[in-house]
Amino acid sequence: MSSRLPVRKTYKLFIGGAFVRSESGRYDRIEGDPAAAGVNIPRGSRKDVRDAVAAGRKALPGWAARTAYNRGQILYRFAEALESRAADIGAERADVEASIDVLVHYAGWTDKFQPVLGGINPVAAPFLSFSLPEPTGVVGVVAPDAPPLLGLIAEVAPALAAGNTVVAVLSDEQPLPGLDLGEVMGIADVPGGVVNLLSGRRSELAPVLASHHALNAIVDVSGDAALGAEIDKLAAESVTRVRHTTPAESYEAATGDPLSRLEAVTELKTAWHPVGA
Amino acid sequence: MATQEQRTSITWDYAPAPESPDHVRLRDSYGLFIDGEFVDPVDGTRVPSINPATEETVAEVAFAGSEDVARAVRSARAAQPGWAALSGLERGKYLFRVARLIQERARELAVVESMDGGKPIRESRDVDVPLAAAHFFHYAGWADKLSYGMGGRPVEPLGVAGQIVPWNFPLLMAAWKLAPALACGNTAVLKPAETTPVTALLLAEILQEAELPPGVVSIIPGDGSAGATLVREPDIDKVAFTGSTAVGKNIQAALAGRRIPVTLELGGKSANIVFEDAALDQAVEGIVNGIFFNQGHVCCAGSRLLIQESVADTVVSKLWSRMGRLRVGDPLDKNTDVGAINSREQLERIESLVASGEEEGAVRRTVACELPDRGFWFAPTIFTDVAPAHRIAAEEIFGPVVSVLTFRTQAEAIEKANSTPYGLAAGIWTDKGSKAFEVANALQAGVVWQNTYNKFDPSAAFGGYKESGFGREGGMSGLRPYLKVAS
Amino acid sequence: MDRVGIEERAATLGRRSIKTTAKQQGIRMAVSMVDLTTLEGSDTPGKVRHLCAKAVCPAPAMPEIPSVAAVCVYPSLVGVAREALDGTGVKAASVATAFPSGQASLDVKLRDTEEAVAAGAEEIDMVISREAFLAGDDARVMEEIVRVKDVCGDAHLKVIIETAELGSYDHVRHASMLAMEAGADFIKTSTGKASSGATPGVVLVMLEAIRDYVDRTGRIVGMKAAGGVSTSKAALHRLVLVKETLGDEWLTNERFRIGASSLLNDLLMQYQKTETGHYARPEDFSKE
Repeated sequence: MSSRLPVRKTYKLFIGGAFVRSESGRYDRIEGDPAAAGVNIPRGSRKDVRDAVAAGRKALPGWAARTAYNRGQILYRFAEALESRAADIGAERADVEASIDVLVHYAGWTDKFQPVLGGINPVAAPFLSFSLPEPTGVVGVVAPDAPPLLGLIAEVAPALAAGNTVVAVLSDEQPLPGLDLGEVMGIADVPGGVVNLLSGRRSELAPVLASHHALNAIVDVSGDAALGAEIDKLAAESVTRVRHTTPAESYEAATGDPLSRLEAVTELKTAWHPVGA
Repeated sequence: MATQEQRTSITWDYAPAPESPDHVRLRDSYGLFIDGEFVDPVDGTRVPSINPATEETVAEVAFAGSEDVARAVRSARAAQPGWAALSGLERGKYLFRVARLIQERARELAVVESMDGGKPIRESRDVDVPLAAAHFFHYAGWADKLSYGMGGRPVEPLGVAGQIVPWNFPLLMAAWKLAPALACGNTAVLKPAETTPVTALLLAEILQEAELPPGVVSIIPGDGSAGATLVREPDIDKVAFTGSTAVGKNIQAALAGRRIPVTLELGGKSANIVFEDAALDQAVEGIVNGIFFNQGHVCCAGSRLLIQESVADTVVSKLWSRMGRLRVGDPLDKNTDVGAINSREQLERIESLVASGEEEGAVRRTVACELPDRGFWFAPTIFTDVAPAHRIAAEEIFGPVVSVLTFRTQAEAIEKANSTPYGLAAGIWTDKGSKAFEVANALQAGVVWQNTYNKFDPSAAFGGYKESGFGREGGMSGLRPYLKVAS
Repeated sequence: MDRVGIEERAATLGRRSIKTTAKQQGIRMAVSMVDLTTLEGSDTPGKVRHLCAKAVCPAPAMPEIPSVAAVCVYPSLVGVAREALDGTGVKAASVATAFPSGQASLDVKLRDTEEAVAAGAEEIDMVISREAFLAGDDARVMEEIVRVKDVCGDAHLKVIIETAELGSYDHVRHASMLAMEAGADFIKTSTGKASSGATPGVVLVMLEAIRDYVDRTGRIVGMKAAGGVSTSKAALHRLVLVKETLGDEWLTNERFRIGASSLLNDLLMQYQKTETGHYARPEDFSKE
């Protein structure tokens, strides 16, 4: 009896809506993860970071110009797609289900955070003054090692909900679920360039990302204090906003304080207009 | 050999462009939707629901009797603790499912809405159904965020909500009622309007497809007496009503002494104000949209047109010319702008008020158009030389009739606009932003549209001042009517 | 002018459903309104002659399809066009006045026009001086139009306002008014060489300007929509705008034109579909 030879997946970076090999041509092997036995993980380079940020920047006007309702629908469809591909994602069932629910939760924030974080300012002069939270722009995410999917989605979802685009540096130790996410996004109507996913060595990629002047904010979930300090220093070069946080281990942890996550990736614009003909 | 088009007297008529009802799957007869099933009425009846454009039957529906109402309330009560015990996320997921199902069945719902109520397919397709889906989608997302919408206060649902909706936006009004109520953990008994029950029953099928737990929603069509019975049911915790001011007052009175929350969204006689510095062509479009959209069957219709004297003749002339291009006819034709009047009763009310306008001395002009023999129709009409004291300036006509008054100064416009017991909406047309905001501040209206009209969004609160009702639907404010602060 | 309101109205009219007989009639009307255009550096007499043959008889297999209104070329080739079109009823039109930029002296622009007219142009499509307009020099904008009209003789003058460069609907309306007051026979949206052309909003604004001008003065001025109208659906949308803004009597090539090149074949393909019920392919029709 002959057995059937399976067709193996080639893992690639996800940049600008396309699956690309690392321009470095280099690969890593992951030790100790049976799912990753024999798999070549692309070792992202500084040029890949450069390309990802460029893609995020290019996608930004279109993404930010969509209605909040439309972004909510896309995030919800992302949840639909992740639910339908749940079995294929190389992560624990609980991790996947929590991630789906987090996407649903943030799909519901797209058209609600504005009245909560913004509002009318009753200034002491005949003006209508309002403050409106707007997306900060391209948001970098330095993902944690665990949980490999939820730890990433817990930061990506709020960034997207607020109208930002994302460049994520995936976990060194467990990159596969993050790389699979690219495939899920492909079936979810997420426009190309809105989320970009880079595998490789965090210690190499995170500093490049943090120092990129075109990045508007960076969320560090690495849990690595030394790396965190390095990120702080590099971000200061272009006044990039920084948030350090611990990985969300559960749905409740990821959605317990959504406003802090949304505030970190929005800018408040205040406008004044005279009242009186 | 090709020839040139001859230019003699050129006409280009739009050929009939009927939206086909072939794909619509309607039952011959619908029961009442109680406890997740369609059931026979116990003490109600079955009646045909009529297409007001053709006077043909769309479907037979059951009307609830008082025992049916009681049964629906009992099932809502039984289902409420389980529904409220679900996490907000889970409740939200049911509502997200409903939103997606409405989107999938959008075309069918739009066709049936036009058949049952008379509004043009272009409106049911482009406005009613998409907004209904959006409303469920928006409130689905609030279900697990309630405290954020209530200034950080801990909250609880009220319990069982009795909800009565009108015939002018049947599916949309059902969405406006059910979505927030359910998101907040309440269960609901919905009483659709007498003349337009069918899309609510299709919504009931959608709720089944979404696997909504039985009893969370009951949909029980009926006439006015069914609504009156529902309001008087002892075991409900909340009443929400959209309809006429007269009935709204009855309901408020009927609830005296009961101390349960009630929200009322009632009638209006909204002022659409055009200043001399308005973008006039766009203002004319806004006027048309304000009073002829949905045949004027809109609580917030811009039925009083207030024009600054210096531009009054120009605006009226452009408006009359624009009215002449309105296409009145078959609601299922995709090129129809103005459809049928919802019922014979409503047509008689419109005709009576219009006659009073003529008797009181206002000048009437009605667009000359061919109207079908069967069905209920009223051609777009404009009254000029209207005085504020005329009935057509004071009473809600709820039809495609606009009454024109003039003003000289901004202060006069504001005073005239506010001189009414109603206070639902207003329109302001001016190119000057500072004027638009100053006038908006001064108007006693719950919704003020600046350089636009009849714009709705699930995230934007809607509701009236004074006798146009109280309570808000839409946005974070739309949660308040369905919650109590936890003790 | 309120952009949101304008674009909403223009978009709503794009949702008119034009089917069956209305669609066939609309397509035939649109064909009769086309100014079939070629304005490439690589144009040659041979290409222009082929284009003229197509202009006169766009679809030999469908004889009810009329000729187009005109063929529009550069001044150096309008003589060739005129010769090929003589006696057919299709007009020979030429661009002029340092088309498309208009960045030249008035004298050069007048010479350009005179040569085109002398070579046989029956219609002249000129460009306004955007440089003068954007500087607020209305008088110079109008003066140039008046002078060009003067050397046109019997040729009718279309004035291109180049809407993509004007920046706002208010400017589109203002430029339209200036052109009409200066004597334009037609006002035209675009050269076809800029980033956008005859969008629905722009067409609506210009039609309303014409309506107001005609109401005030009684003089009829036509409109040409050029740039971006490349599908039958887009062409029919523009016709709906004309019908519902100015009325059916304006649906004639004496008052409305569409400047286009690839549109013509899409009109033919859609017409063929209305006859056979099947989708046509581009190769069913000659490119020139």
